[in-house]
Amino acid sequence: MSVKSESIQSKKDSGQDERLKKISPLRVLLNRPELGALGGSILVFIFFGIVAGDTGMFSAYGTLNFLDVSANLGIIAIAAAMLMIGGEFDLSIGSMIGFAGICITIPAIYWGWPLWTSIIFAFAMAVLIGYFNGIMVVKTGLPSFIVTLAMLFILRGATLAITRLITGRTQVPGLRVLIEDDPIAWLFATDTFQWLFTWLGSMKLIALRTDGTPLATGIPPSVIWFIALTLFATWILMKTRYGNWIFASGGDKVGATNVGVPVGRVKISLFIGTAVASTIFACIQVLDAGSADTMRGTLKELEAIAAAVVGGCLLTGGYGSAIGAALGAIIFGTVSMGIFYTDVDTDWFKVFLGAMMLIAVVFNNYIRKKVTETK
Amino acid sequence: MSEYLVQFNNISKFFGKVIALKDVTMKLKKGEIMCLLGDNGAGKSTLIKTLAGVHKPDEGEIIFEDKKIVFDSPRDALDIGIGTVYQDLALVSLMSVTRNFFMGREPQKGLPFFKTFDIEKANSIAAERMGQIGIDVRDPSQAVGTMSGGERQCLAISRAIYFGAKVLVLDEPTSALGVHQASMVLKYIVKAASQGLAVILITHNVHHAYPVGNSFTVLNRGKSMGTFQKKDISREKLLSMMAGGEELDKLEVELKEMDRIENN
Repeated sequence: MSVKSESIQSKKDSGQDERLKKISPLRVLLNRPELGALGGSILVFIFFGIVAGDTGMFSAYGTLNFLDVSANLGIIAIAAAMLMIGGEFDLSIGSMIGFAGICITIPAIYWGWPLWTSIIFAFAMAVLIGYFNGIMVVKTGLPSFIVTLAMLFILRGATLAITRLITGRTQVPGLRVLIEDDPIAWLFATDTFQWLFTWLGSMKLIALRTDGTPLATGIPPSVIWFIALTLFATWILMKTRYGNWIFASGGDKVGATNVGVPVGRVKISLFIGTAVASTIFACIQVLDAGSADTMRGTLKELEAIAAAVVGGCLLTGGYGSAIGAALGAIIFGTVSMGIFYTDVDTDWFKVFLGAMMLIAVVFNNYIRKKVTETK
Repeated sequence: MSEYLVQFNNISKFFGKVIALKDVTMKLKKGEIMCLLGDNGAGKSTLIKTLAGVHKPDEGEIIFEDKKIVFDSPRDALDIGIGTVYQDLALVSLMSVTRNFFMGREPQKGLPFFKTFDIEKANSIAAERMGQIGIDVRDPSQAVGTMSGGERQCLAISRAIYFGAKVLVLDEPTSALGVHQASMVLKYIVKAASQGLAVILITHNVHHAYPVGNSFTVLNRGKSMGTFQKKDISREKLLSMMAGGEELDKLEVELKEMDRIENN
């Protein structure tokens, strides 16, 4: 025993376990789930830097443009990633976006609700729907793929039916006038750092319109939400007890239950998370466009999952990161906008998206084997 | 205070028409290792799950430290000090040693609503605990998937003890292990018992059970065939009891018969 305590002591003295082989920083990096996405995004930026460097893609306006697209996708991709780490899927994200859109616009325009109450109403509906998804998956033990696929159809159908029933059409315009002076809407509709852009414009550092105002007016709200959510999700996953429960629930549901992790509650909360993220997405989009459309968000669930997978999430759960998903979203957003600045036909974007995802899955599979390989 | 730390009296469990357990009684003192032996289908798994609070017994009572206990969930069993280590160990191989060690019971620090998982503290406790049983986790943030089977088993046991287990229920801890790894785990079990824990060791391997056990309960087709002190029973007797002695005897006779026919 004394020998043992001595050896522990010597470890403390040297501050380094003598048997701990020095691992190269590269190896440490290789064990991070977001490595692939980081490499991918660097490649993407190098590529467009060379191909489209002089086209205005990387001007203030162009940059904000592709960041805006990335950020919108990122908001839902991060929630999808957390759910995937927790071991489940949500295929109803896209339909939830459409549904949340009409939850905001119809009460505000047709029923005369103040805009802020209808925004709160949309979030309340999201919590309910997320809760329903979660409780169905947890209580029935059915694959979330099936449960949320059903919800995909139910929500999309309900969105269309309700909208047509109340408004007689599939689009609900006329929201823009309500945004001003609303106590909540600014959260989803205000460009920030406008002073900075005005100043940059006055210094002739960024492109101006003919009337002298800058072309890029400020950081879009999506980008602020995206950054905030990335930080928040990363903090939860890496630094909190709940984060550990998410990994445990996805990694081994039975094991986690046996050591006292409330797996059901964790999963339900993650489903609520994806529904709420969809609603944030919807708020930003609806308030920006000033209208809702019943087809909004179509296929977004698959893009969100693709971004999460490219970001290093394993489809089987228990492994992944929010930063990875954020980088995955940046890759997709950058390519989808950047492709306009190149000579490549934009029709090829989906081909790229698919190929990227395939490469990511193969790569992630390899990484997982590396992480768990016996010494 | 009775001499027993925990008593399971006349436990029965039914699943529909199936009688999984009938009138099983076990009593354990502090520092005692009781081996629960039984062939496949004898009801070992059902009994463990009943001890661990997963199943509620349909009949019988559990008395812990002279108090009658009813478990509503596995958490209740954990809270009073019955720590169960299942065959699957409840370890997530993609997660680190530390994150596994504290899974479900993470130490926290910080202000309310901003509480964070105290990873530094968790790392040092995990490394220290594993060091105590002679397992040198070189890096507590390494994935559990990189550890050997015996090390994982010890990690799971060590975790149960750290979180206040007074009764340790171990489900087939050596079944998937080689000789060397198994003896490492058995040594650790003996050490844990010597520190005052009561251990229920579930196994179908008499050769692993006999050297470490103080008493042996044999389960056959859902019924207990009795509890025997080590001095009262031999290894061979145990083996024949748990396998349904006649069956092996019959086999022996049949084999002899085959030999005879071949030799003629």
